[in-house]
Amino acid sequence: MNRTVLITLLGFCCLAAALLSITFGTAPLSLQRIFEALIGSDDPVARIILFDLRMPRALLGLSVGAMLGLAGAALQGYLRNPLAEPSVVGVSNSAALGAVIALYFGLAELHAAVLPAMAIIGAIFALMMLFALAGKSESPLTLILAGIAISTLAGAGISLTLNLSPNPFAAMEIATWLLGSLEDRSFNHVLIALPCIAVGLALLLWNGRALDALTLGEDGAKALGIDLGLMRIRLMLGVAIGVGGAVAVSGSVGFVGLIVPHIIRPLTDRSPSAILLPSALGGAILLTLADILVRVIPTSNELKLGVVTAFLGVPVFLVHLMRERRIW
Amino acid sequence: MVAIAIESLHISLGKQAVLRGIDAHLEGGMLIGIIGPNGAGKSTLARAILGLQKATKGRVTVDEADVAALPRAQIARLISYLPQGQTLHWPLVVERLVALGRIPHLAPFSQISDADRIAIDRAMGLADVSALRDRTATELSGGERARVLLARALAVEAPVLIADEPLASLDPGHQLEVMDLLKDQAAGGVTVIAVLHDLTLAARFCDRLILLDKGQVAADGDAAKVLNAENLARVYGIRAWLGAVEGSPAVVPLFRNV
Repeated sequence: MNRTVLITLLGFCCLAAALLSITFGTAPLSLQRIFEALIGSDDPVARIILFDLRMPRALLGLSVGAMLGLAGAALQGYLRNPLAEPSVVGVSNSAALGAVIALYFGLAELHAAVLPAMAIIGAIFALMMLFALAGKSESPLTLILAGIAISTLAGAGISLTLNLSPNPFAAMEIATWLLGSLEDRSFNHVLIALPCIAVGLALLLWNGRALDALTLGEDGAKALGIDLGLMRIRLMLGVAIGVGGAVAVSGSVGFVGLIVPHIIRPLTDRSPSAILLPSALGGAILLTLADILVRVIPTSNELKLGVVTAFLGVPVFLVHLMRERRIW
Repeated sequence: MVAIAIESLHISLGKQAVLRGIDAHLEGGMLIGIIGPNGAGKSTLARAILGLQKATKGRVTVDEADVAALPRAQIARLISYLPQGQTLHWPLVVERLVALGRIPHLAPFSQISDADRIAIDRAMGLADVSALRDRTATELSGGERARVLLARALAVEAPVLIADEPLASLDPGHQLEVMDLLKDQAAGGVTVIAVLHDLTLAARFCDRLILLDKGQVAADGDAAKVLNAENLARVYGIRAWLGAVEGSPAVVPLFRNV
């Protein structure tokens, strides 16, 4: 598919998903009232619901999704591995652990920047462990094993921290951080996440050409003039700051960065640079739709986002498994 | 034309001394063959010229500039490199893959220009892969893929071309074709450095041969000087039939010296 067509199409879908997102919620609000509140009527109830509840949620769905989708595409290009993704390689859980430590040891009350900063530190820590454990190996197995180790360790850390904290709702909170949710988010959360995500998106989108060159391996890329050291720094910081900021408000939502590039890649020329921007848009659409779904499905407690994305993510693993075994 | 000088180059990988004092001046407009047994240090020498392998002692200069001090982007415009047995990590179509060769010439965030497209088409024509342009590179046969990767290296249009075993997995027809192509490149002013194993093709096509043995230059000069019975016995440990077929030199390995 032509790149301009693809990006335009995904852009429209983003817009549609965002509009859909602000029309769904627990309080019934007619389309007409939403529209009137949007263009500035004095309907206080509609305005509060729209601007204080639904808008932040829609904005977070779009931006967190975009970040996770792009981080997946960039990590896949860098590691030359179609299974790499922030949650699979353990970055999301580690960022969530950083956020949990900041929140439940009271550090987050010191300054508004402490929460995202701790999540970012958690993410950087995970990436350093990943590169140390998986090293120069290009085998998917090594990467997945290293990712499981980091992810499991951070997940256990989250449970431990929440159980240690004086918190009667520990079990619920653990589920929220491990599976992710955008329930009851306010504009404060948007203010925390959005700057980090903007920096993360910019740093990652910068790497397109270097990632293309890596198609020829590390020597091949260097011989094409790519400074791999600099690129690794940009990539690590981009993933850590972006995913850290996102996870600090949403918890660890899995598989978005796995599913989206997988769907996008066949629609492009399959080069790593071609899937970057479309994966960001696709991630925004996917997470926004998933967030609508958890609101629409009638459950006593709202479903966690990670439940929906896991249902979509597992088939991607199965496809890879079947290709590996040459069943498909 | 670009001249490369290798000055008492030593390289150790771990405790292993791979190159032990290489000296050579490589002039532009020549096809220079690097030959030698497995583990003689041929690929390491190729990587050292590109600055991909740091020298333990000595240095490599390209037009009198030390490669260790040159920015990677500048080296990329001076020297194009076809690594040995290159793996492809994504299933790109051939044309897109060859276009990667233009990366050294692209300004940040710019798109491929018409001049780049001409270079890409020219490179695909030279390597005889124009017919494959819409095929997926990872689904090609080994020989087809080797030619596509050669086209990728040619698309850089650099004044120096280093090809590490460009003939591996090619059929005889395409081996001759690739050697002709490298020779034409050299005739056009490019400094072509090719790591080769086929001694007959090396003797027939190269203007100069550098025979490496255990990290040192065992012989350096034209085919007649380098490929003699004594050198083959000493370096490769073989006896070979040395002669000429239709006026071109030929080397046929016969026995291993026990």
